[in-house]
Amino acid sequence: MSAPIRIRPDETFTLNVGPQHPATHGVLRVKMEMDGEYIVNAETVIGYIHRMHEKMGELKTYPQFLMNLSRMDYLGALGYSHGHVLLIEKAAGIEVPERAEYIRAITVELNRIASHLFWFGAFVMDLGGFSPLMYALQDREYILDMLEAVTGSRLTYSYYRFGGLYNDVDDDFIAAARRFIPRMRTSMKKYHKLVTGNIIFKKRLEGIAPLSPEIIRKYGATGAVARGSGINFDVRKNEPYSVYPEFDFDIPVFHECDSLARYKVRMAEIEQSLRIIEQGLDKLPGGPIMPEKKKPIKIAPGDYYQAVETARGSFGIRLVSDGGKTPYRLKLRSPTYSNMHLFDESCRGMLIMDALAFMGSLDLVIPEIDR
Amino acid sequence: MSLTLLNVIVAVFIAIAFAALNAAYLVWAERRGAARIQRRPGPNINGPFGLFQPPLDGVKLMAKQLLIPGDVDKILFMVAPVLAMAPAITSFVTIPFSSHIVGHNMHIGILLVFAFASMGGMALLLAGWSSRNKYSVMSSVRAVSQAIAYEIPMLITAITIVMITGTTDLMGIVKAQTGGFWHWNIFPFKAGLFNPLMLMSFLIFFICSLAETNRAPFDLGEAESELVAGFHTEYGSMGFGLFFMGEYANIVIGASLTTILFLGGWDCPFGLFPGVWWFLLKIYLLIATFIWIRWTFPRTTIYGLLNLSWKILIPASLFNLLLTAGLLKVF
Amino acid sequence: MIVEKTKRALLNLFPQSDSSLPSAPPEEEGTAKTPKKEPPRPNGLIIRDYSVHGYHLDAQVAPAQLTDAVTILDEAGFFVESITGVDWIKEGQIEVIYDFSRYDFDLCRVVIRTRVPRDKAAVPTITGIYAGANWHERETHDFFGITFEGHPHLIPLLLPEDADFHPLLKDFKA
Repeated sequence: MSAPIRIRPDETFTLNVGPQHPATHGVLRVKMEMDGEYIVNAETVIGYIHRMHEKMGELKTYPQFLMNLSRMDYLGALGYSHGHVLLIEKAAGIEVPERAEYIRAITVELNRIASHLFWFGAFVMDLGGFSPLMYALQDREYILDMLEAVTGSRLTYSYYRFGGLYNDVDDDFIAAARRFIPRMRTSMKKYHKLVTGNIIFKKRLEGIAPLSPEIIRKYGATGAVARGSGINFDVRKNEPYSVYPEFDFDIPVFHECDSLARYKVRMAEIEQSLRIIEQGLDKLPGGPIMPEKKKPIKIAPGDYYQAVETARGSFGIRLVSDGGKTPYRLKLRSPTYSNMHLFDESCRGMLIMDALAFMGSLDLVIPEIDR
Repeated sequence: MSLTLLNVIVAVFIAIAFAALNAAYLVWAERRGAARIQRRPGPNINGPFGLFQPPLDGVKLMAKQLLIPGDVDKILFMVAPVLAMAPAITSFVTIPFSSHIVGHNMHIGILLVFAFASMGGMALLLAGWSSRNKYSVMSSVRAVSQAIAYEIPMLITAITIVMITGTTDLMGIVKAQTGGFWHWNIFPFKAGLFNPLMLMSFLIFFICSLAETNRAPFDLGEAESELVAGFHTEYGSMGFGLFFMGEYANIVIGASLTTILFLGGWDCPFGLFPGVWWFLLKIYLLIATFIWIRWTFPRTTIYGLLNLSWKILIPASLFNLLLTAGLLKVF
Repeated sequence: MIVEKTKRALLNLFPQSDSSLPSAPPEEEGTAKTPKKEPPRPNGLIIRDYSVHGYHLDAQVAPAQLTDAVTILDEAGFFVESITGVDWIKEGQIEVIYDFSRYDFDLCRVVIRTRVPRDKAAVPTITGIYAGANWHERETHDFFGITFEGHPHLIPLLLPEDADFHPLLKDFKA
């Protein structure tokens, strides 16, 4: 990035990146005003796959809405379901058996690894390296097989129920998860050798798209985007929920603020998730996975809020209840929505290829932005 | 005279056949190689090892409708793919595959190859410009700046070789390297000249041929994650097919030139059975390296690419040129 | 404790109630009440039970006080989590809800809410304070038709660009 940036505002042209573009990973459109290869101004246009989950939330009863959450983020669906069931359990006062919470934490972390693996592959592909995607998908496949065996689906899981789980894990799952941990650790070493140490890869990310902690705060960015800018924020630690206080794990934080820092955060998170899974498998208590007696869900009028840390950041869900069978209002706060929002301001003056690498480092899942 | 003309025409036909066959099967090799690198089977359904895949792909491409978008500059749009393919094929005519197999040996062979190689960049420029697509225009601008940046160190390195061997005749350059691998230009202990930087020169030339042929990690012209498909975004069917064949033909040319200039052409490393097989072995090893690099490295940036050429490769190759000149004077 | 500090700062917005602040909501949660007509909640600060509601401070302000309240939070280092609305059709009001949280370990979630009449729904924008409120406000404008006065670019975000309907209004018919 040694080239001086000289913007000539009278000689710009508009470039439509998307809604069908290989770098946007979905139907996202960025209207870029370009001066040659430099971006003068950008305006992100979203909403191409807006499905109005919030209206569905108002029309469907509480259990009916369970499967909507997994359709928000197809790569890390379990984290979103987790937030939803935690909220309803908190609001309705439903007790969750300990075993169910442990299994939730294990599966959420597996899902987080799967999501990060996919991101890793897609991110390197954004930078023009094809092979890591295939390696990452192979490891991800292992997780999907495991989750398929217990949840019944490979991508859009509706595994959690209010008060517990749909299905208990069996010994096969536990054995497979135990086999997976060393396998994944070996793979991580390979990824670091193949990608992290690569000179071209480093040069393309180092110092690119610095996001100051202040801009992160003004936009409310969370997840690896915030942690790559030196903000030690992870809902699992800052606002502990579920059984996360029982686990010993670290929140990787990098202070370089650039795209490489965001990459490093996610790679380190995979290793931390492995630690959580390992401890979860060790501590996994016996017992039921659903409360013995099912109560109908009754939520007193009022506001309820629950935040969880998904693969992409802090996912918040706000319920306004009027005491009825359906929520009066259900607000879904998706992390990428805020993370993507800062793209417009931050990409000014960047080269288009750096900006697209930056976009890749934000880990976008478009259905999750559009909801 | 007329015999020479006939000779050249036959050579061109053979070159077209060779280039097309190479393009087809290099695509197959690339896909199989990429698949091997990525731990998947690759094309393996049609024929043994999927060997019938390339002709089937060719039939598919030819059977497709030739779509010309409404707003393009039609003439240039049609000319560009031909222009991408034709110079590459013409270059084959002068390349000596062995001491006997050469289309038409010329004493300015090396200049001819470089002249035709430069036309490839023009084809990309025309394709991008005539497509009336912003991505294509950006891509072709990149391609041209890249072509300019990398032709210079490539030519300087070639001049170094010409100085050492004392000829611009490709055959003469190979003949100057005969008699065991220690006579090859790549090695510093070539008889009569102890230039320790020849290996570096080889690397410069190799990197330049990667960049000249728009191969990863220098495939900024295509850069499909940024510029959709770059200059050939608007091309389909055989227009795209010609670009593709042109690219692979250029790869073969690049590998052939590297082999001739640095690796002793058809010469055997131990002076045994020199012949076309050694030449083919060397170029396919180089091409395998091309493929290997493409599926391992991410893409550079445009400034990284230009900085590499202007700040490192050109000074380094110039230095080696001067050093070689000095050494030639001394020894 | 940041909760105490923020509470004190926010209380300055309500000069009449600085001595006798309602420390808990008047009605007890969980007891199913017969739905009776309640008057809309008066402006003021309520301290919520975090373990039940998931947030600590709940301040309802007049639309005119909104930017003051948000500035207090901005200066205290909060970030904006989300902005949304609720259509209270029976009361003829629309509520705009602002969620704030913190990055540090001093956990404090603050909800700022303001109510405006349904037929004239307009609140001042906070994009001048939090640039990230831009999309949230546009989205709320899409869904509820609330005008954010002073918003630089209040066009549909998630809905089609020619959308003239507001789907989350309770009287919306598809």
